[in-house]
Amino acid sequence: MRSVVFYFQVHQPYRLRRYTFFDIGRSSDYFFDESNARIVERVADKCYQPMNELLLRRIEATGGAFRCAFSISGTALEQLSTWAPWVIQSFQRLAATGAVEFLAETSHHSLASLFDPEEFRVQVRSHARRVQELFGVRPSSFRNTELVCSNAIARQAESLGFSCILGEGADHLLGWRSPHRLYRPEGCERIKLLLRCYRLSDDIAFRFSNRAWDQWPLHADRFASWLAALPREDHLVGLFMDYETFGEHQWRDTGIFEFMERLPEEILARGMRFQTPGEVAAEADPAGRLDLAYPVSWADAERDLTAWLGNDMQRAANQALWEIGREVRSTTDPALHSDWRRLTTSDHLYYMCTKWFSDGDVHKYFSPFQSPHDAYVAFMNVLDDVDRRARHRARHEREEAAAAVPADRSEADLRVELV
Amino acid sequence: MKVLMLGWEFPPHISGGLGTACFGLVGGLRHHDVDVVFVVPHVFGDEDTSSVRLLGTQSWERQHGVSPASGGSAATAAAPEAAGPAGARAPRNGDAVVGDAAAAPAEAAALRVLGIDSALRPYLGPEEYTERVRRVEEGADLREPALSPPADPGGAPRATHEREPDPGGSPPAPRPRAAEPPGPISLGVQSKIGRYHRDLFAEVARYSAVCAGIAAREPHHLVHAHDWMTFSGGIAAARTSGKPLVVHVHSSEYDRSGEGANPRILEIEQAGVDAADRVICVSHYTACVVKARYGVDERKIRVVHNAVTRREQRLEWHQEKAIENPVVLFLGRVTFQKGPDYFLQAAALVAKEEPSARFVLGGSGDMLPRMIETAAQLGLARHVFFTGFLTGDDVERMYAMADIYVMPSVSEPFGIAPLEAMALDVPVIVSRQSGVAEVLQHALKVDFWDVRDIAEKILALLRRPALRRSLVESGREEVARMSWDLRGQLMRDLYQELLA
Repeated sequence: MRSVVFYFQVHQPYRLRRYTFFDIGRSSDYFFDESNARIVERVADKCYQPMNELLLRRIEATGGAFRCAFSISGTALEQLSTWAPWVIQSFQRLAATGAVEFLAETSHHSLASLFDPEEFRVQVRSHARRVQELFGVRPSSFRNTELVCSNAIARQAESLGFSCILGEGADHLLGWRSPHRLYRPEGCERIKLLLRCYRLSDDIAFRFSNRAWDQWPLHADRFASWLAALPREDHLVGLFMDYETFGEHQWRDTGIFEFMERLPEEILARGMRFQTPGEVAAEADPAGRLDLAYPVSWADAERDLTAWLGNDMQRAANQALWEIGREVRSTTDPALHSDWRRLTTSDHLYYMCTKWFSDGDVHKYFSPFQSPHDAYVAFMNVLDDVDRRARHRARHEREEAAAAVPADRSEADLRVELV
Repeated sequence: MKVLMLGWEFPPHISGGLGTACFGLVGGLRHHDVDVVFVVPHVFGDEDTSSVRLLGTQSWERQHGVSPASGGSAATAAAPEAAGPAGARAPRNGDAVVGDAAAAPAEAAALRVLGIDSALRPYLGPEEYTERVRRVEEGADLREPALSPPADPGGAPRATHEREPDPGGSPPAPRPRAAEPPGPISLGVQSKIGRYHRDLFAEVARYSAVCAGIAAREPHHLVHAHDWMTFSGGIAAARTSGKPLVVHVHSSEYDRSGEGANPRILEIEQAGVDAADRVICVSHYTACVVKARYGVDERKIRVVHNAVTRREQRLEWHQEKAIENPVVLFLGRVTFQKGPDYFLQAAALVAKEEPSARFVLGGSGDMLPRMIETAAQLGLARHVFFTGFLTGDDVERMYAMADIYVMPSVSEPFGIAPLEAMALDVPVIVSRQSGVAEVLQHALKVDFWDVRDIAEKILALLRRPALRRSLVESGREEVARMSWDLRGQLMRDLYQELLA
């Protein structure tokens, strides 16, 4: 029986203020709380809250036959808890149905998997703990930031105990193979790789409201019939997308909510079922091995890392970020750790992307900055202040440690003399 | 003596040294009993009023009974009065000061600034100008990158335009990301130019026509025009009134564009220097250019170097430096003429020797994005910082945070910035291809292309406190002798010579 696997990504970064050179050494107020709160509230209102209610109704109406997965980044969980706690409660109601799986990812939606394995483990464990606290289940499936996956990342996820990892069903990766099977990445023994079918996913996430598309307007029955018409041996359909697709990227008046309202029944009526990634991995065996020698992501046509590391600014900023991270983590200052971790969020590098600079619509749409250069300048200013704080703090802690030892000794000496 | 002076920028709305120089010169002239009516394309209402006072349009019209802009545009007239109380601020709204001015007509005497509503912007090439006008007419906001100067500061009510996502339109490229704000949060000022002409040269012609109108109604003994955009206006004004014409060359098209000079601008410059009774050059360096390139008769040329205004209270910024690293500063338009790329190449050499050094590339210009990318490429991401366009107090704060100021200009008629740096006790390194190098003894001089020499001099200043001290102390005295008061006196003598 064919399984349809819906996974929705929920993420919000901590956007930076326009932090200037004059602020370095004077202010450690890096994050644009006013804007972040406003955006989270707006998206909660337009997308998270209504869509959660819709999915809850579908789960109840189908007696739990409709099932899906969420991955909610740690920075999104934290911001929702602060600015829209009712959304967290709504996710908890979904969790209580037992029909929803929550995936593991890095707490800060970072690229630590590529640059700092130790930090990667710290962020994944911290995120898993938070998910367990909020939703009562420790995640067993892992999705990396922006679906970045490689043999090495899959091995790291395996060693952290995950049974399933999600990836992009990129053409250049699969060649003649089908994205509708489970695979095992090279070098792994247990973990299973579940791929996204980008064609069908993007029919919903991107093409849904495109009037120039020959399939517009898309209705649930037609979409379900496409799923039903896949070759018999294609037993999986991974439909992975940003949760903000519903009500934010595709506005309500495009009919996206009505589409999702109808879709579960249309799929079930055609003899298919819904499963979560963990359920697929528990039940099915890999069709074969897949070699992910280079990291593959779900971004852009290239499906590679160039959205974050494609130009000199991005590479320089990324390098400085991880260098400074080592200094930061040598200290015990929790505020410093927290500030630095928020800078590891991949969105900061994404804002520096110049790939679409000439026609930069999408780029501008998602960036709080007016240009990639502005984004880079503000980020590097903030990093310099973090670096400064880390070095001062490290020196201070070293001096304290050094001072503590002789002080004790002299006190002891004094006691000896008194005796 | 009354002078009708034509300029196109006045502090704080400046994009280069020209506005600063005009401001200084006008202040110097005032001390020598020269009354100046200063005409600029646009008066914003928040011009530097620490020593001047502004009058609004209506007061000018009330006094003269007619708008100077007979071409049908709204004209703004304002009169800063140089003897105004220090620290007095003009209200933002030009009209609000009318009553004030009417109540105290005696104060509104020495200097008046007349604003002509115009889309002229200093240092905007004709292509850029046409492009801006096209964008405005298409309904686009003139949204500048945040690192750029505000497009039209204060010219219209400041507003932020949040762009709403296209309803029903799906994002046009694959994989957009988590939902984020549709509009930028780092806000440049967005506004629209009030009235525009299709190209810069038409605008220059319009400015000239208004100048002629002003010349007909404003009594004056001579006309003094600063740089090419006002040369046609100067010619028109002098022709109207029959008074002598002085043109002042702060920068020629050859300095700005090298051999890629714009022929129409050259033509205007040529007409200006030909029609002038006197050609004032800001340096001997510029006088040579003017002689060689424009064939001006030596007897018409006079050199009046720029000077600097020093205000003691500026020094308090020194206490505010919040970082311990030495700061090496470039501050100016980030364009070919100013040599920002040589600064970065020198920075790369210095950073190897002194990793703690921080290089600040301050200012904005067409080369800025490329300079940001170059810094990243050269491995200077953690050494070089960018401030974008700085205005007002931030300029002085920046100088005061600097330990060394570098001006690696490729061709600089004068270059007033090093004097400002020296006035704030910052030692300077200047290129020999600048006019200011002629008047400075206590500055280190380099050839702009010799990045190794620039780097060595930066290192010397970082490592030799005695050298630094000597440059700062002698430089302070040297700059103190270069007062605008003396330049004003020299200029007045030149006027008298011409009128005699």
